[in-house]
Amino acid sequence: MSKTVITSSGNGLASQFDKRFGRAEWFCVFDNKTKESTFVKNEFVNSNHGAGTQAAELMIELKANRIISGDFGPKAKELLEKLNIQMIIIQDSTSVQAIVDKIDV
Amino acid sequence: MHYKHLMPRRTRLRKVVAPPEFKGYKPYGTNKESKEPIELLYEEYEAIKLADYDLMNHKEASELMGISRATFARIYESARRKIAQAFVETKEIVTVYGNSWMDETWFLCGDCHARFTIPKTLEQEICPMCSSKQIETLNNQK
Repeated sequence: MSKTVITSSGNGLASQFDKRFGRAEWFCVFDNKTKESTFVKNEFVNSNHGAGTQAAELMIELKANRIISGDFGPKAKELLEKLNIQMIIIQDSTSVQAIVDKIDV
Repeated sequence: MHYKHLMPRRTRLRKVVAPPEFKGYKPYGTNKESKEPIELLYEEYEAIKLADYDLMNHKEASELMGISRATFARIYESARRKIAQAFVETKEIVTVYGNSWMDETWFLCGDCHARFTIPKTLEQEICPMCSSKQIETLNNQK
């Protein structure tokens, strides 16, 4: 297991964790092996519909193994389940850095 | 042309956290012949459980089941009437699936309270956030 996506409100580790999945502003991709984190902008954040599905498809491109967010819509959930991508829901109001620290063991 | 109004609205699925742990109830001490049983839907069982056993208000209960408050009220009312009818008319109750789906994919960590799925491709059953082994499926929650 190497790549974890964390939904983020900004493009830095100090940014607040975003509790939405399909409509998160940014996705932080953290690689457990290289310890590197990269930020990818969510282009679908303002689309009228299908943001969850499109974000889930983006996860394939990012080669995510698991996603940490505050909620997953029904469509995103169904797709991610099929893709065998682990979904993790936490309700912490915290920074992306704090989450990275938690999972980086 | 708009034909939309001619089509019945799709029944949305109602989330049931755990299915009832019985297949039905039978009256005893009655001389009456057994009659056609009353079919209690899973979501009706869940509505009774949330409102009258877990003592939630309709707003909380409807949110948990992922339906509107009005729909919850309708399901709850239907459940109570069916149970009353079964009692008065000494009918059996059988539980049937109805329009529900089981939220069986989610696990809950007993230590950090993260909720998560465990894809088939994963072998370890541990919390992905804190590595705790104290995890339970949300499906078995009472």
